[in-house]
Amino acid sequence: MAMTLHLDVVSAEKEIFSGTVSAVFAPAKMGDVGIYPRHTPLVTSLRPGELKIEVEGQEDQYLYVSGGILEVQPHVVTVLSDTAIRAEDLDEAKALEAKQRAEDALKDRKGDLDAAKAQAELVRAAEQLRMIQRMRKQRR
Amino acid sequence: MPGEKEIRTQIASIKNTQKITKAMEMVAASKMRKAQDRMSATRPYSQKMLNVIGHLAHARSEYKHPFLIEHPEVRRVGFIIVSTDRGLCGGLNINTFKSALKAMQAWQEKHVEIDLCLIGAKGTAFFKRISDNIVAQVSNLGDTIRISELIGTVKTMLDAYTQGTIDRLFLVENEFVNTMTQRPKVLTLLPLVPEENDALQHHWDYIYEPDAKAVLDELLTRYIESIVYQGVVENVACEMAARMIAMKSASDNAGELIAELQLAYNKARQAAITQEISEIVGGAAAV
Repeated sequence: MAMTLHLDVVSAEKEIFSGTVSAVFAPAKMGDVGIYPRHTPLVTSLRPGELKIEVEGQEDQYLYVSGGILEVQPHVVTVLSDTAIRAEDLDEAKALEAKQRAEDALKDRKGDLDAAKAQAELVRAAEQLRMIQRMRKQRR
Repeated sequence: MPGEKEIRTQIASIKNTQKITKAMEMVAASKMRKAQDRMSATRPYSQKMLNVIGHLAHARSEYKHPFLIEHPEVRRVGFIIVSTDRGLCGGLNINTFKSALKAMQAWQEKHVEIDLCLIGAKGTAFFKRISDNIVAQVSNLGDTIRISELIGTVKTMLDAYTQGTIDRLFLVENEFVNTMTQRPKVLTLLPLVPEENDALQHHWDYIYEPDAKAVLDELLTRYIESIVYQGVVENVACEMAARMIAMKSASDNAGELIAELQLAYNKARQAAITQEISEIVGGAAAV
């Protein structure tokens, strides 16, 4: 019997691949790795790149991963794939954005957000009404 | 007694409202199904991740990640509160806020300060009136949420924990029990306690690349993010279910109102006709 290993590729948003394969090639952070059955246990982070899956008697499959984690146990390989593009400074920028939004929300505490929105809609509706009236007049 | 015409306009206006609530009910029903699918699609990831973390915890790593360290003294806690962006979903948000407030009050009684991280527009509108310590906020996520939209918000809280600004981190969101029931729940995110599990007893000595610290860092951050993401997705499913129920009862109520008004209208019409006849008869008799 040919040696196989079980591969699971999952992302936070959905399950991408699950099945028995003969080998996996992944873009690990320290260089590409090829995993065959009975590989020594390994945990590594991945960089964005191509994941090649070899299944016996079938054509190779390619999956794109934008980073993530690869865990290897003797007969089970798990790829925890990212869906977002990650980088330390990019994450930092996002965190700053979130803080900024919080400050903005606190600032207009007095000017009620919902009230402002309603007022804007009222102005627009009034504008539409005026338009309709003008059109009616022209028709006469 | 209102005249025939007034009742007729009233009926027409209620019918219009009913049409809208019916449409919203159906939209919510179909969105709920999709949200439920998405909810179950997120499960494998965090399950697998929990497995990996469990293995790593057993693999006798000498490195202790900050997320796994419990802070002995609690001076400030963080709450991530998930709410909806839009209203018209019954008591869903209010129930969430109530349980959040209850949990917050328990801490306040112990003179512990509270930092808030708000996900969703309704939560922001509610908590900005009562709290000054909103440190991060995100809203208008839509129905299909990408995890990339949550990274920044969650990172703010995780960084605060690593730096020792906050000593506990909680997540408040709604649990989707079934279509009729959504239950608010408060989860402890940090410190993280890896579950003891018999299935994990066999452990391996892993090779870490680049090293244990870097891998654990990435893994744990992603794990917390995925838990929050799951919470938000679940909350969307709850929102849709709650809206569906709220709109269904609104449509039913509108139907009842219309029936009552129709009766009043018929009576008013009958009365008017009778009056007219008696006037004619009275007039003919007088001649």
